[in-house]
Amino acid sequence: MEDQLQATPICDRHRALHALMAPFGGWDMPIQYEGIIAEHSWCRTQAALFDICHMGEFIFQGDFEAGGLEDVFTFSVKTIPIGRSRYGFLLNEQGGIIDDLIIFRLAEDKVMIVVNAATAPKDFAAIQSRLKGGEFTDITAATGKLDLQGPLSRYVMVETFGEEVATIPYFKFITTKILGVEAIVSRTGYTGELGYEIFIPSEKVCELWDLLLQDERVKPAGLGARDVLRLEVGYSLYGSDIDEDTTPLEAGLEIFVNFDKSFVGKDALLRLQEQGVARKKVAFEVIGRRSPRHHYEICFEGETVGTVTSGVFSPMLGRGIGIGFVKPELASIGTPFTIRHERISMEAMVCELPFFRDGSVRS
Amino acid sequence: MSMYFTKEHEWVKVEEGIGVVGISEHAAHELGDITFVELPKIGKNVKQFEVLGSIESVKAASDIFASLSGKVVKVNDALEAAPEIVNESAEDAGWMAWIEIADDAELKNLMTREQYDDYLKTL
Repeated sequence: MEDQLQATPICDRHRALHALMAPFGGWDMPIQYEGIIAEHSWCRTQAALFDICHMGEFIFQGDFEAGGLEDVFTFSVKTIPIGRSRYGFLLNEQGGIIDDLIIFRLAEDKVMIVVNAATAPKDFAAIQSRLKGGEFTDITAATGKLDLQGPLSRYVMVETFGEEVATIPYFKFITTKILGVEAIVSRTGYTGELGYEIFIPSEKVCELWDLLLQDERVKPAGLGARDVLRLEVGYSLYGSDIDEDTTPLEAGLEIFVNFDKSFVGKDALLRLQEQGVARKKVAFEVIGRRSPRHHYEICFEGETVGTVTSGVFSPMLGRGIGIGFVKPELASIGTPFTIRHERISMEAMVCELPFFRDGSVRS
Repeated sequence: MSMYFTKEHEWVKVEEGIGVVGISEHAAHELGDITFVELPKIGKNVKQFEVLGSIESVKAASDIFASLSGKVVKVNDALEAAPEIVNESAEDAGWMAWIEIADDAELKNLMTREQYDDYLKTL
């Protein structure tokens, strides 16, 4: 029997706007409203509002060391300053990525762990199995999340939440009151633009959605635009670019791994560091407007040498962009590839990330 | 000038031995934002229902099939830099090619607008 798709508290609003809906990570989500290109453009020039209620949120309360939380992730939790968040990984014993996630230090002995929607159940189980104490709760159903992203987002946030949000530094958050409830406003996002992630009790998220959309500078944007935005700034997508068969080493994300501490999967990563990875993530730009797509082949001098894991047409660059995995010796900047799929073929060249670097994210 | 349609959602407007071809509004809408159009080379000879070119959108890549047999004599170069014209006006400004018609008897293999609209209801 097929599992029922979950609906966010805002799904009636998406339907009323005639959003194109599709399943994503077990949820019925809006892919686009006006159109992916229009929504992408709005995010890069004004303020786009995303329903991100599907993501998972967990709370750990207790002593991080004694509770075993400190050894669960690739980064230290106890060194995150209160009011700040940190990005990293939950690995399996082979060093493969169970999920990529962000942890918010709410208090001396309390954190909120934000995970991907599709992986939330397995993340909860994996973390719980590694804990030795403390209180660990899944607050996903009770927590709504909205992302407001774009160069004008700060103005909108100040009008809605008050002056206190104006000065939140990048990767920091505050707790504030809105619509009679407590909300977390974090200066983080997945678009490369100035933006905010708002965590608010589920029963108020629809009201906040309506309130933010009243501002004429704000328009709704769906997961289709979100994918183009994140790929333009080089962010990986769990399930496409990284998965349990990929370690942070292949993915070029070792800066988010702290080898000075103990964590599950560390031994496997150390062994892999010694023997060398068999494949490496590359970014490439297409010469032309064709889009590389997931599972297209990467070819070099007539031979298939890798696979595309993510690809889109980039409106900012006016050409196709993509990331994939190839043999390490072919991962240098400037390597020419042919990207192929059935009758489709396009020339591309390895380049640096991000593809687009003029976003307002650090404004 | 009459307009005819194929099951693969291409249209052709026939006038004085020339068929102007493109994809239908329905197809453009289904594709979503169009990001790339591959037009045939001028001089190319095509057969009815064979691949004429291709089109890509944010969602998918798709072949375009020739509505009629003939020789390609003109293509809409504007679509190279601005494929979104197809989304804006698939059945007018978004035309893709002019084909010198080889055999107008082939029109019987195509649908009229009314027949195409009925066909769309079955999908």
